[in-house]
Amino acid sequence: MLNKEKINHQPLSHLDWLESEAIYILREVAGQCSNPVLLFSGGKDSLCILRLAEKAFRPGRFPFPLMHIDTGHNYQEVIDFRDQRAAELGERLIVRSVEDSMKRGTVVLKSADESRNKHQSVTLLEAIEEFGFDCCIGGARRDEEKARAKERIMSFRDEFGQWDPKNQRPELWSLYNARSHKGENIRAFPISNWTEMDVWQYIEREKLQLPSIYFAHQRDVVMRGGSIVPVNVPLVNGEVTNPVKAGEEIINMQVRFRTVGDISCTAPVISDADTVSKIVLETATSTITERGATRLDDQTSDASMEQRKKEGYF
Amino acid sequence: MSNVTKQHNDSLLRFMTCGSVDDGKSTLIGRLLFDTKTILADTLTQISNTSKKRGMEAVDLSLLTDGLQAEREQGITIDVAYRYFSTGTRKYIIADAPGHEQYTRNMVTAASTANLAIILIDARRGVLTQTRRHSYLAHLVGIQHIVVAVNKMDLVNYDQATYDKICADYLTFANEIGFAQARDIKFIPMSALTGDMLVDRLENMPWYTGETLLEMLEKAPAAHTENDEEFRFPVQFVCRPHASADADLHDFRGFMGRIESGYIAVGDAVTVLPNGYQSKVKAIQIGDEQLQSAQTEQSVTLLLEDEIDTSRGDMIVKTGSTIEPVKQIEAFVCWLSETPLSPARTYVIRHTTRESKAKVGAIAYKVDVNTLEEQATSDLKMNDIARITFKLAQPLMVDSYSANRATGAFIVIDESTNNTVGAGMIV
Repeated sequence: MLNKEKINHQPLSHLDWLESEAIYILREVAGQCSNPVLLFSGGKDSLCILRLAEKAFRPGRFPFPLMHIDTGHNYQEVIDFRDQRAAELGERLIVRSVEDSMKRGTVVLKSADESRNKHQSVTLLEAIEEFGFDCCIGGARRDEEKARAKERIMSFRDEFGQWDPKNQRPELWSLYNARSHKGENIRAFPISNWTEMDVWQYIEREKLQLPSIYFAHQRDVVMRGGSIVPVNVPLVNGEVTNPVKAGEEIINMQVRFRTVGDISCTAPVISDADTVSKIVLETATSTITERGATRLDDQTSDASMEQRKKEGYF
Repeated sequence: MSNVTKQHNDSLLRFMTCGSVDDGKSTLIGRLLFDTKTILADTLTQISNTSKKRGMEAVDLSLLTDGLQAEREQGITIDVAYRYFSTGTRKYIIADAPGHEQYTRNMVTAASTANLAIILIDARRGVLTQTRRHSYLAHLVGIQHIVVAVNKMDLVNYDQATYDKICADYLTFANEIGFAQARDIKFIPMSALTGDMLVDRLENMPWYTGETLLEMLEKAPAAHTENDEEFRFPVQFVCRPHASADADLHDFRGFMGRIESGYIAVGDAVTVLPNGYQSKVKAIQIGDEQLQSAQTEQSVTLLLEDEIDTSRGDMIVKTGSTIEPVKQIEAFVCWLSETPLSPARTYVIRHTTRESKAKVGAIAYKVDVNTLEEQATSDLKMNDIARITFKLAQPLMVDSYSANRATGAFIVIDESTNNTVGAGMIV
């Protein structure tokens, strides 16, 4: 062969490799889909994806808007951070709220204090229909939960937003198939192959800013069902959620959040890690998985994530 | 400024495991995850509870890879699962594929992204039909590094003669299919159940002085470090921020994509296919970082000296490269869909970032994955592998799969469902 290379390549570091793969996936979405959207919550995984999108598309604008499905029960710090980051990037941020779905009557809570987390699916599907999105980019990772270990990078959802584990497209090499018919939807996961540790190492390397609640801080909590539960949390709308129940004792603890989401189902962990490098160290020595420690919604049953995904959850 | 000569000691290796549950595949993966401290306390509590519930005395590590509720209900594994662990020097991605014959398509899927395959053999049973099938598929999908793991040595009293005979049998077979000469094959005796020779070297097999499994994995070359393939850059996306407020960007035209093979430096002469326009590389960027050169697997933006009309699906190569656009390809195709291939229909072939309509020209033969016999056929069902010629509506820029895994591979898409129905490796 002519022109054959005689270069002894050094392999990419694992972070460079993961970064390059994620950029490739984002560009495939842009190349294959006509109206994609990037789901952005202000959480650490979606903040990594924003950095990856900058590397993928600058100096151009992102070929998709950002969208947050807001349960109305999010931490003020995270919402503020979300708005600030979108403004800094100069990209369009769409917010659709579960409370609007409740007003429309499409979300009906069993009781006033039921977690709104799983109801995000309804609002997401409504937003997909409203804007005609054919692909939603999200920050889910395969290491998070066993129902995710078999998830595709480009995951197919039918007209009802349902994930059918028995009817997923084979995914070979990096030949991703993001085709869909009208009404159907692709969920694209650029950081599928990242672990929690990779995310924190990337945040450290790229010097990414994060909402303050990821770092150790003092907070009023109670112990409920073996988890640390934040109480009397002020909401954006001025109300207060998670009241103390009778017989519970408020403890002021030094904690941080490993995952950030709806207040009703995200528990903090005891920690004194107040910098990213301390969090990297803490993650390396942690004896509990990210979701095991902090996601109250996954403890309901062995298959609760799988069930929610089938119903259109991210 | 980044440079390809930068030393990295924390690379990434993707590997797959071939075997059935009976060979101890789940236990092997569970053991690797457990011994590298990837399994955390809450997960361990969960599986130890399940082990007790099922009446087992010890924790059953195979439960770590227990799949979806839908699979547990049916008692089968229906899909490839991806698992992760890290040793501090390397990150690993395991593609865990079910090994039964009806899951040939899953094995091909798992193999497509793997650089190394662990082929499990039960020491009591030796080389079986499935061992041949797994080896052939690993060979077909171009996996360069094979570890033949003779497992369950604890059940044959750690007998060296048993191990030696299995190794000899395997080599005889590998020579028959021309596999042994082409690949790097290593053998290892182990017991996944007790953890012997995976991460730890216990005292049961003093006669084996070779590497442990983890040592083999740590030393195996990471992706694309051992090839000297030609430069291939399929264009994924073209960045033209001409409406930007920044006047300097009005003429910016960035060709975005991933270097699928080879190496490129600023100043290199390039040709854009299929049109054949020629230019030189003006700049290489990752985000706002400027590079002097870039290599395989890096996602970059290329800027060229000349204004060339280029779009997604074009391929940038070095001027003088041997690649030519073709309108017919011959390939080994693994059929992935429950709907058989219909030679009368038109399909879409996706190759790199390019698509073309395609029709079957001829089916030369299909391969029996158990006997490796070639059989005449007129159709192709799920899990079949056949040598097929496709006629293309649009030219594709292809290499043979054996020369280049990225530009030699394609998928077949059924436009009525948009499903991925076939996987092709160009001859």
